[in-house]
Order: sequence, then C-alpha cells, then structure tokens
Amino acid sequence: MNTATAIRKQTIAKTMSEALASEMERDPSVVVLGEDIGKLGGVFGNTGGLLERFGTDRVFDTPISETGFIGAAVGMAGAGMRPVVELMFVDFFGVCMDAIYNLAAKQAYFSGGQVSCPMVLMTSVGGGYGDAGQHSQCLYATFGHLPGMKVVIPSNAHDAKGLMLAAIRDANPVVFMFHKALQGMGWLGTVAGSITDVPESDYEVPIGKAGVVREGTDITLVGLGITVHHCLAAADALSREDGVEAEVIDIRTIAPLDRETILASVRKTGRVAVVDDDYLSCGLAGEVIASIAEAGIPLASPPQRVSHPDIPIPFSPALEHAVLPNAEMTLAAARQSVGERS
Amino acid sequence: MSITNQPHRLWMYENMVKSRAFEDAIKPAYFEGKTPRFNMAKGPIPGEMHLSDGQEPCAVGVCAHLRAGDTVTATHRPHHAAIAKGVDLDRMAAEIFGRETGLSGGRGGHMHLFDASVNFACSGIIAQGMGPALGAAMAAKLRGSDAVAVAYIGEGAANQGAFHEVMNLASVWRAPLIVVIEDNGYGVSVSKASCTALSRNADRAAAYAMPGIHVAGNDPDAIYEVAGDAIARARRGEGPSLIEIETSRLEGHFMGDQEGYRPDGEKDRLKAIDPIPRYRERLLADGLDAAELAACENRAQQAVDAAFAFARGSALPDPASAFTSVFAERTPG
Ligand SMILES: Cc1ncc(C[n+]2csc(CCOP(=O)(O)OP(=O)(O)O)c2C)c(N)n1
Ligand SMILES: [Mg+2]
Repeated sequence: MNTATAIRKQTIAKTMSEALASEMERDPSVVVLGEDIGKLGGVFGNTGGLLERFGTDRVFDTPISETGFIGAAVGMAGAGMRPVVELMFVDFFGVCMDAIYNLAAKQAYFSGGQVSCPMVLMTSVGGGYGDAGQHSQCLYATFGHLPGMKVVIPSNAHDAKGLMLAAIRDANPVVFMFHKALQGMGWLGTVAGSITDVPESDYEVPIGKAGVVREGTDITLVGLGITVHHCLAAADALSREDGVEAEVIDIRTIAPLDRETILASVRKTGRVAVVDDDYLSCGLAGEVIASIAEAGIPLASPPQRVSHPDIPIPFSPALEHAVLPNAEMTLAAARQSVGERS
Repeated sequence: MSITNQPHRLWMYENMVKSRAFEDAIKPAYFEGKTPRFNMAKGPIPGEMHLSDGQEPCAVGVCAHLRAGDTVTATHRPHHAAIAKGVDLDRMAAEIFGRETGLSGGRGGHMHLFDASVNFACSGIIAQGMGPALGAAMAAKLRGSDAVAVAYIGEGAANQGAFHEVMNLASVWRAPLIVVIEDNGYGVSVSKASCTALSRNADRAAAYAMPGIHVAGNDPDAIYEVAGDAIARARRGEGPSLIEIETSRLEGHFMGDQEGYRPDGEKDRLKAIDPIPRYRERLLADGLDAAELAACENRAQQAVDAAFAFARGSALPDPASAFTSVFAERTPG
C-alpha cells in the first residue's frame, strides 16, 4: 500500500455523499432527487452538502409522490441524464413499484436496446432497531427476482464508494441498497466493521462480483450487507473456539449474482451456510444453495440457511431479536454444518 | 353558536389534555436507554416515535362526532386520533412498549395501532389509510348503516397518488368518507410551500366534485363545527367531504429530529400559540368553571398514569408469539 496515502476511516453515509459529489462534479448529467435529500441531506445522510454545493437545479427535494418522481427519473434516464433517486426505505416501494419493475427494468428490453435507463435507486434496508414491519424489511429477493435491474448492497464504506461510482456509470437501473445498521448515522447503532478506509482516488467495485473477505478451508459462510459481519464474527469464534477456518463471502451484488465465486469457495470447503436477513422462502439464501446443488458440488453436510422467518417483522424487541438473523444464529448454523456429515 | 357549558367542549378539552399528557409521558420513557448517545434501537420504546403535540384539535374536533361503529384510519403520527377515537389507552401504551398486553401483543408498535372494538387503525406508509377508510365507508353504505369513515392524512400525503385515486372514487361512489388533512406545514423536513402546487389542499376537492373546507386557527371549536356538517352530510348519504386543518407540529418529525430545517424562532412562535392553553383560556372566558377543567385535567392525567403503569407492569411477549396471527383463523359462517 502506498504509504503516502492517508488512511481515511469513514462511515458509509459520509462516503456515499462524497461519492455522489465527486460524480456530480465529474458528470454534469448526474442529478439527485428524493424526499428530504436536499436541505436535510437525506434521512440517512447520503446526500449531505449536495444541495449547498450543486444547487436546486441538480438536487431536488421531492413531494411524497414516488410514482411521479421515480417514473420521471426513468424518463430523465431515457433522455440521457443520470438520475440518482433516493427512496428512504425499501418498504415504501410498494407505492411506486410499477415505475421500477415494469418501466425502469424493461426499458432497454422493450426498446430492443434503443433506450437505456442509467439510473440509481438508493434505499435503506434492514431492521433490528424496533421500527416494525413497514420500516425494517430487506426485500433482496423481491428485487433480485425481477429481471432488468442490477441490485447491490455494500457491507462497508470502501465498497459503498466503489459500488456507487459503478452504479452511476452503469447503463442500467441499479437498486443500491444500504443497510441501516451499517450506515453510521448518529441515531442508529453502527456495526464497527462497516467503517473502513476509503481511498480518495476514483475507483469502482465491479457490479456482479462477490468478494472473498476472509479465507478459510473448512466451511463457506455467505452473507451480504450486515450479515457479512455476522459471518465474520462467527468465523472468528469458529477459529478461536473450534479450530475451524471459515471462508466468508460478501455477495455485494444480488443481481446479477456472482455464482462463480461462491461455487469456487464451496468446491474448496465442501460445507456452506448462507445468511441473509430477508424472508426465508423463495429467498436469496435458497437461490445460492440451489446454485450449489445445480453445480453438483458434493457437500460434506447439508447446506444451512439462516434467514428471517416467513412472518412480518415484529416490533417488540422481545420478538424481533428472537427472529432476526444474528452472529449467534450464524455460528450455530456453522457448527451444525461442521458437526454433521451427510 | 351557543358555546357555553356544552359537554362536548369539556370532552374535547379532556381528550386534548389526555393526548398531551400521554405524549409527555412518552418523552422521558422514549429517551430511557438512549442517552447520552441517542440510539433509536435502545430503551423500552425503540424505533421511530412521531408525536402529535400541537395537532390535538384535529383529533378531538372530528372524533367528537364519531361513534364506536364509525371508522378512523390514522397515520404514522396516530396517538391523538387514537385517543380521541376511544382506543383502549392501557393496551395502546402497552403496544408502544412492545408488551404482551398491547393492542396487538407487541407485533405492531406505535405506527401500527389497531383497536377493532372502535374501528381504529393506523399505518406507516403515506396515504395508505385512504383506501381502507373508503372501503369501510362503502361497507357501511352497502349494509345500509349510517356509519361513516374518517381518513386522517398529513398535508404531505395529499401529493401521493392514493389520495387522488381515493378522492375520485369516493365521489363517484358517494361514499360516507371524510378526508381530514392535518396541515402542519411539513413532511419531515420538506415544507408544504416548497413541494405543493397550490396553497390550499381544500381547493383540490373541487377537482373531485366534493366539498372542500379549509379551517384556520388550529381551533377545536371551529373544527368541531365544520366536521359536524361534513359527518352529518355523510350520514345522510350525501357523500364525501375534504377538510383541511391548519395545525402545528410542536415537536420534530420524530423524536431525536434536530429540526435544522425550521426557520429561526419558528418553534417558539408555535409553542406560544399552543392550542391547549389557548382553549383552556377560552373555556374559562366563556364561563366554564375552573374546577371543572381541573377535574378534566386530573382524570386525563390519571388515565395516562394508569396506562403507563399497566404497560410497564406488563410482560414482554413470548418469542413464540411472533409466529401467531400471521394468518387469521378461519371463522365459522
Ligand atoms: C410512501 C411513503 N413515502 C415516504 C415515507 C416517509 N415519510 C414518513 S412520514 C413522511 C412525511 C409525511 O408528511 P405528512 O403527510 O405531512 O405527515 P406529518 O409527518 O407531517 O404528520 C414521510 C415522507 C413513507 N412513510 N411512505
Ligand atoms: Mg405534515
């Protein structure tokens, strides 16, 4: 590493606003719109300082009219702009889903490639802080299921910047999810591992590429967003207490899913646990495991998945913490896997 | 109107005081475990907390005309409306504390208060209550009852598609629906003026061929009058109305909001015209007895104290209960 480069430990929130600012500086076609993204700088701090720096011609506080402004972003994108839209919570997409999955996601296809849709939709995901069932969902699988959109989620600030630059420059709609527990906002607890060094240089983290964030030989733990940190914590405990070395994979891109990286790891370890905080059935963990099965990789024990059960996310901490995937559940699943032979 | 010694005025006063006392009790409870470093996940009441301080007149002026069989749908800022509609205060407090004895056993929390015994519900998605309120109104109409439904929304919600769709449909169906817009000037940080094409949302009613009434002054008596007419009209089968009430949000969008978007001094100006002390003064000036008002205040405070004691004294739910009520049981018939 270049010793002349200062280490800049940053939160995801600060990093996102920096990445947006640098891209707006570089590319005049980038505009930012959404609710509370101007004066307030975003409920989750992603757009701090942009209004002051770029003015009301490029930073639009919108009314609560998601069908309208997300549809408009599709139109802007088709007309050669690069809109970055924030919709605070992924739970709110119900009101404007048509503009996303029927319009943004199909513009390139329906037009036979004549019209692209280079837009980014930023949205927060995740619970764990008692905000109940309309403010805590993840919906990874919902978005990953619908063709024509790319879907990414960083687990740390370094990746947030690289994925954001890649997302804005992509010719397609990219749903950019950020996990509330990693965001680094003062009013929400933040997992320390999400605050990382963020180089000042211009770099992209390629969309469609998963990352091996810890190498190991005995079991593969697959996660995304916050569950990467659950996997890392479980891997530490496995190493310390069980003498088991887990390999941890950060999915990073939900769609298109980087199956190759996951399969290569599972071929090596022969065991796998997949951890995601979205609903279990028809979910991302199931998709990963299906890919392993289809590849015919022999496993030493049945694959494990740790996901949110098929119930709405409950409010009471006594209920929510009992069902939300965490590091302990990840460790238990990993131990089940390494202790079992199939 | 003759305004002295009317029981509904005391009822309105008592319920405004009760709502304020309820929220005054929430404030310290919410910050338990969240200091010195504010973290929404901590304490006995986690998650977002939207207070209705200042908006109590909108709740009481309308709900004073409602019966248990009438429906109210409220928003993410629901406490004042819930209290005025007669939601069980003990179970409401327990729900907010995430306890087993809560309205929904701790599944929903502050943004998802349901009390079927008085047909009250609220939710966290903007304008989401519009459709269900219209449906409840139509169910009453189709069954030949004179029940009505009230949909409370914020002024920000009047820019949401569901608002416009339901306004048109309610008019086409001549539904006994009253849409009440609580205009507190802000949707989170975004001022109404900066994001709404016209200055009065009541004017939008004309586009849907229904009466639109604007009420200034955050005044329970004025709201009571207007709401009485609209509700009577709906009960007579003459269709929906829109009521827009100018009100004020005396706290942040949610607790912990730094409110940097407010102009200097705005909050002090608003607190100086707090509707509750103003109403108290008016009632006294109109000849109501100070002792009677004090009795209202005492009853309200006692009800709130009892509700919080009930909530805090209740157990947290059994984790296994998270898996029940996902689907309703099939009922005979
Ligand atoms: C569909 C949807 N979009 C955005 C939000 C986020 N949000 C929650 S409250 C709020 C502001 C609502 O303003 P208003 O309707 O005026 O109600 P108030 O908060 O002032 O009571 C917003 C944007 C949401 N809950 N649902
Ligand atoms: Mg408002």
